[in-house]
Amino acid sequence: MSLDTRDTRDTLDLPVPDPGLHEEERFTDSDEAAGRRAYRQVVGLLAAVPVLAITFVVVYFAVPADAQLVLFGSAFKAHPVLLGLTGGVAVLAIGVALIHWARTIMGDQDVVEERHPAGSSAEARQAAAAVFAEGVEQSGIGRRKLIGMGLAGGVGILAVPAVVMLADMGPWPTAAVRAETIERTIWAQAVRIVNDVNNLPVKAAEVELGQLINAQPENLHELQESDPVAYQREKAKAALIVVRMDPAAIRIPASRQDWQVDGILAYSKICTHVGCPISLWEQQTHHLLCPCHQSTFDLANSGVVVFGPAARSLPQLPIMVDDEGFLVARSDFTVPVGPSYFERDSSRDFKEGDD
Amino acid sequence: MRARRHKAARPLVVVAALVLLGAVYAGLSPATTGVADDATTSAQVEQGRQLFAVSCASCHGLNGEGLASQGAPSLAGVGAAAVDFQVRTGRMPMANPLAQAPRKPNTFTDAEIAALAAFVANLGTGPEIPTEDQYLPEGLTAEQIARGGDLFRTNCSACHNFQGSGGALPQGITAPTLIGVDAKTIHEAMRTGPGQMPVFGGGAIPDSDVKAMIGYLEEVHAQPSAGLTLGSLGPVSEGFWGWVVGIGSLVLFALWITSKAARR
Repeated sequence: MSLDTRDTRDTLDLPVPDPGLHEEERFTDSDEAAGRRAYRQVVGLLAAVPVLAITFVVVYFAVPADAQLVLFGSAFKAHPVLLGLTGGVAVLAIGVALIHWARTIMGDQDVVEERHPAGSSAEARQAAAAVFAEGVEQSGIGRRKLIGMGLAGGVGILAVPAVVMLADMGPWPTAAVRAETIERTIWAQAVRIVNDVNNLPVKAAEVELGQLINAQPENLHELQESDPVAYQREKAKAALIVVRMDPAAIRIPASRQDWQVDGILAYSKICTHVGCPISLWEQQTHHLLCPCHQSTFDLANSGVVVFGPAARSLPQLPIMVDDEGFLVARSDFTVPVGPSYFERDSSRDFKEGDD
Repeated sequence: MRARRHKAARPLVVVAALVLLGAVYAGLSPATTGVADDATTSAQVEQGRQLFAVSCASCHGLNGEGLASQGAPSLAGVGAAAVDFQVRTGRMPMANPLAQAPRKPNTFTDAEIAALAAFVANLGTGPEIPTEDQYLPEGLTAEQIARGGDLFRTNCSACHNFQGSGGALPQGITAPTLIGVDAKTIHEAMRTGPGQMPVFGGGAIPDSDVKAMIGYLEEVHAQPSAGLTLGSLGPVSEGFWGWVVGIGSLVLFALWITSKAARR
């Protein structure tokens, strides 16, 4: 194969005939008036730049920082809007002027500039190969082979610390570790249910029909001060949705009769698909809709999925009232909350038709 | 001989006329109905019953018992606040019982709404119409407004968006915008849970927190924007603008730059 492509244009059998260069005069070349118009436009655009730049400076000093501008029915901060308009349009005018100049006034003949071949010549390559071979010979690696093997082994073994460190980025998810981390929350027997943000405990008698409470465990608050990392981690798992529905209008399976208090039911707020927090609950349909991928759970039917990509029912938290009338957990969740993971045992999740 | 009037007669007549006018006004004004005496209340309930029979009973039944075939719920226990919310915002009476009730101009007077509310409140215990000290977000500290923002984002933003701009819900219904909605209406909506909206009761979110949430909304809506907010709808409108308008105009620019100037 020839390294020189300079004459291939003539010798190669082209699949399509080379159309060659196509030259046609622009209006701005043939029509004197069009040429002058383009010239004026370019100069006009460039002349606008100093005007805009000075306006920018004037706006910078003259417009009060808190001035408002009402455009399209909404209030804007006048300062940034006007600075952006003057500065932005000035830069844009320079760009448009340059391109307009290039398209209409600069010479536009197509020029073919042949590329030199990318590869080196055969002599140069042979010389390089000879230099390399001489280097190898002088390094002595051909006769003292252990140096090469030692180098390869030394570099290779460095992968071990890297792998060990990567593998130790978190606890190894053995069954025992999972049971203490992703498979449990800080909900436990007699832990009070409190409203998120204001931490008010919830009296069962005060929960109205159709009410929604975005709740969390009372003991979460203690972590906020003592261990902020654990606080975030536990909040992400323990977040709760408490709703009250008419017990006669919903289906409560026999096994879950004592998980609820007069139609007050508590569910995990964490979607079983990929773990988004859900609080879009429709009072009349009793459907809870996840904003991320539209998974929809029926809270009137033990949290089964009625729509969307989620594969598992929303875990329900068994609740009861304490002797002061406040809602408390009966236990932790009976199944892990949140999205699926490889080792998860999903045999105990509630399925449509379970009792 | 002409009978001489006492010289205090004229001022006394004026005072008596003012008292009478005040009494009539107090009887008609909804803000003071809470303490009206039994006679006024029963007259108001009676007026409410008549208004109800004309304007509401075709769906809700003469005694507010509801009519399942019209999708009209029973009004026992919905309370005066629900009536005030639904009628004052023009949602009730509905134009189309099959669609979500939109906000529209209300054709009832305040006194008529008060009468309807009194009648419905008589059907069963429910939330009362809130008073100004329950909902007006006055004298809030920056800390309270921030807490109101926390509560709003936790409880409301799933449907109404982080700025209260409203949003889409399943089955073609929408969560309405809260921009320009008065504090009383927001308080009533939280306490009564109209339509698909859940109830946010006073046990979990007391009036002081409702005021903080309303204060947050007013604060957010009063903030001028440094650019187009695109309805403050977040990723959908911003993505549309960025990808279609922004990238689209860049593509058009690129086409213009690489095209050849006009030729004969």
